[in-house]
Amino acid sequence: MSIVRYRPFSHGDLSNAFDRLSSLREEFDRVFNTSFDPLFGSSFSRWNPALDVYQDKEKFTVVAEIPGMKKEEIEISLHDGALTISGERKREESKDQGYGTERFFGKFQRTVTLPAAVDADKVKASYKDGLLEITLPKAEEAKPRQIELN
Amino acid sequence: MNTLAQRDSTSTNESAAYLTPVADIASSGDAYVLQVEMPGVDKSGLELTVENGELVIVGHRRRIDSIGEPLYREIRTNDYRRVYELDPSIDTGKINARIDQGLLTVTLPKAETVKPRKIAVE
Repeated sequence: MSIVRYRPFSHGDLSNAFDRLSSLREEFDRVFNTSFDPLFGSSFSRWNPALDVYQDKEKFTVVAEIPGMKKEEIEISLHDGALTISGERKREESKDQGYGTERFFGKFQRTVTLPAAVDADKVKASYKDGLLEITLPKAEEAKPRQIELN
Repeated sequence: MNTLAQRDSTSTNESAAYLTPVADIASSGDAYVLQVEMPGVDKSGLELTVENGELVIVGHRRRIDSIGEPLYREIRTNDYRRVYELDPSIDTGKINARIDQGLLTVTLPKAETVKPRKIAVE
């Protein structure tokens, strides 16, 4: 199974430098289990919502953290065994003076290649408490099967 | 501008078990509006406390029901915590909060004395 992080375009060295800075920051985050976002700001990083993938005998379940959106603003598609979650979070128009720019606005996309065939007609999704949960029942041929001995 | 200055100590020792949620602050004429991202937290998992001039935000995640064995994990399971020092100009009695789809919005009204006011010239 491969999980592809969305990398839209590269505009030469500067952008690459930001990418490195970003991943360095992610590394820091992991090590110290704390967020350095206030330090680096979020303008360098793109929004890649965190996600989990689970499986049991019957299904795969993908959970993504996408806080503060409307259900209609999230798009889910399944193509060739790859599940793509995408959308755009728009900044609310406001005359208010803002200080604090940690939250990310703009487009996001994540793609998950599922490790086995799924039944595309039975995929279900729910969005609650900022968590998107997609249930993908395995195709019959992908389910584990007990073979009886005669 | 340092009205809601974040206390440094939250990002060091005491927060080891907590995750610091990302947040934005905006100021309108009569209130500060704080928006904090806490996916996985609903109303019942939220604790907001104002004490000694500080606003303490704690968010407990709703436990995800067993949905199988994890194949790949990025989402952290830690609860959230963030502390803000409140400017004396904030009317703490009128702070209100709501959470919708994991996004907490706290409105902190400014006390009457600091609101911009037009003085009519007679």
